[in-house]
Amino acid sequence: MENDRKHMLEFRDVRLTYHTKAGETLAAEHMSFYVDEGEFIAVIGPSGCGKTTVLSLAAGLIRPSAGEVLVRGGAAQTGNIGYMLQKDELFPWRTVEQNIVLPLEIRKKNTPEHRRRALALAEKYGLGGFLKHYPAQLSGGMRQRAALIRTLASDPGILLLDEPFSALDYQTRLNVCEDVCRVIRGEKKTALLVTHDISEAISIADRVLVLSARPARVVASHKMDFTEVSPLKRRESPQFSGWFERLWKELNL
Amino acid sequence: MKNEQKKTARLCGARGGKPPYSREHCLFLKKRRRESVLVQALRFGLLLVILGVWELVAQLRIVDPFIISSPSRICATIADLAANGTLFYHIGTTLWETLAGFAIAVVLGTLIALLLWWSERARRVLEPYIVVLNSLPKIALGPVIIVWFGTGSTAILFMTVLVGIIVAIMNMLGGFAATDPGKILLLRSMGASKFQILTKLVLPSSIPAFIGMLKICVGMAWIGSIMGEYISSNAGLGYLIVYGGQVFRLDLVMAATVILCVLAAGMYALVALAEKLLVKK
Repeated sequence: MENDRKHMLEFRDVRLTYHTKAGETLAAEHMSFYVDEGEFIAVIGPSGCGKTTVLSLAAGLIRPSAGEVLVRGGAAQTGNIGYMLQKDELFPWRTVEQNIVLPLEIRKKNTPEHRRRALALAEKYGLGGFLKHYPAQLSGGMRQRAALIRTLASDPGILLLDEPFSALDYQTRLNVCEDVCRVIRGEKKTALLVTHDISEAISIADRVLVLSARPARVVASHKMDFTEVSPLKRRESPQFSGWFERLWKELNL
Repeated sequence: MKNEQKKTARLCGARGGKPPYSREHCLFLKKRRRESVLVQALRFGLLLVILGVWELVAQLRIVDPFIISSPSRICATIADLAANGTLFYHIGTTLWETLAGFAIAVVLGTLIALLLWWSERARRVLEPYIVVLNSLPKIALGPVIIVWFGTGSTAILFMTVLVGIIVAIMNMLGGFAATDPGKILLLRSMGASKFQILTKLVLPSSIPAFIGMLKICVGMAWIGSIMGEYISSNAGLGYLIVYGGQVFRLDLVMAATVILCVLAAGMYALVALAEKLLVKK
């Protein structure tokens, strides 16, 4: 029975080869892992190991050369995930409100009911007063929050986060990380975050996956044993440095 | 104290009551205002000096006005042309050729650029042709155009479009290609079709490129229409210039050139106005 249960996202023995004029690159091989509903997973790995590739595969933007990428048991395809990038990528000619409903327009779900839901989210997480503002009038942290609400607007099954804090300064990064974590946990969303920042992964995730150098595969999966969920509180907790050392060593094997 | 406040208010241009800014800021604003008034005055002054020296040199016969004409003679020539009714006929002819050629070049050029953006293969196939056409001096095609389209306004219109369209294509294609790849990735992850990426992202983000292209094409359209009239015509400002040169009437040449300057500046101002309306941020 346990084997029959469908995971939210599952990679089954995935291989991916990139073809360029200069030659072919084996980016991932024998990559297998799963994400269950409501889980917050962080993926770390040595730089250049193809962390973003994992997200592109999960988003259905690229197809695996071999193996399967499954979302709720079906092949991954664009449109039913929420993708959040390093930069907020808000469209400067649209107001915050128009930016937030963009996924609804793309998916032709721009009905009053869906709009109300999206705007209620914006209201709930403190963007209510900024809906008519243009992105240029917002601070970096607020822009990233608007980007998160836009990602959530179409109610995606799974959120893919590609180092969403790396473009922010340290102070803002901690705050936005706290913010994003609160929103995602508040909405009980499934999330897959890739990052090069070990402490960020430890502070935010339920489970941390460690990737090997290229060709990437999952070498370890660690359940984070914190009682707190707040990233800031986790950073102060006694287990934090233990996890940091352990993951650091695994990355540098 | 009260007096001081009033003085500051006057400095800022506010009548009575509390000044809107500190005295320092008011002084700063005043200085800036003064500077821009000065620039305007110098601009106009320079024009007056040039015209004055020109007129003087001609009046005192330091150089024969037959060769260099003079502001007063130019005015007289324009008045003459207006009196016998040919002025507006010539202006109309050139203006029509320029505007029609400009419009066709802009619309067709943008459409072709869209096509090239849509099909990577088409772009790669056509790229060398566009590059060669761009570097080719269009006037070299003059004889061919006359043979194909005759000596009427069709030939001139064709020349105008030809001069403008390549620049329009290259500028718009550059604008489309400069679309932020991160934003394209974002839309693709939402499941957007290519058409949606075009309408939601590529077109709106290319508005500045479009305005830039309009500005360049205004100049190109004038080059095209006047060049066309040089090759073959019996009306228009370019025709007046060529004809004036042939019969050695420099007054006529200068008068047509002055009118051309005014028209070109007017058209550029219209594009600048369009920019203000289109680009809010």
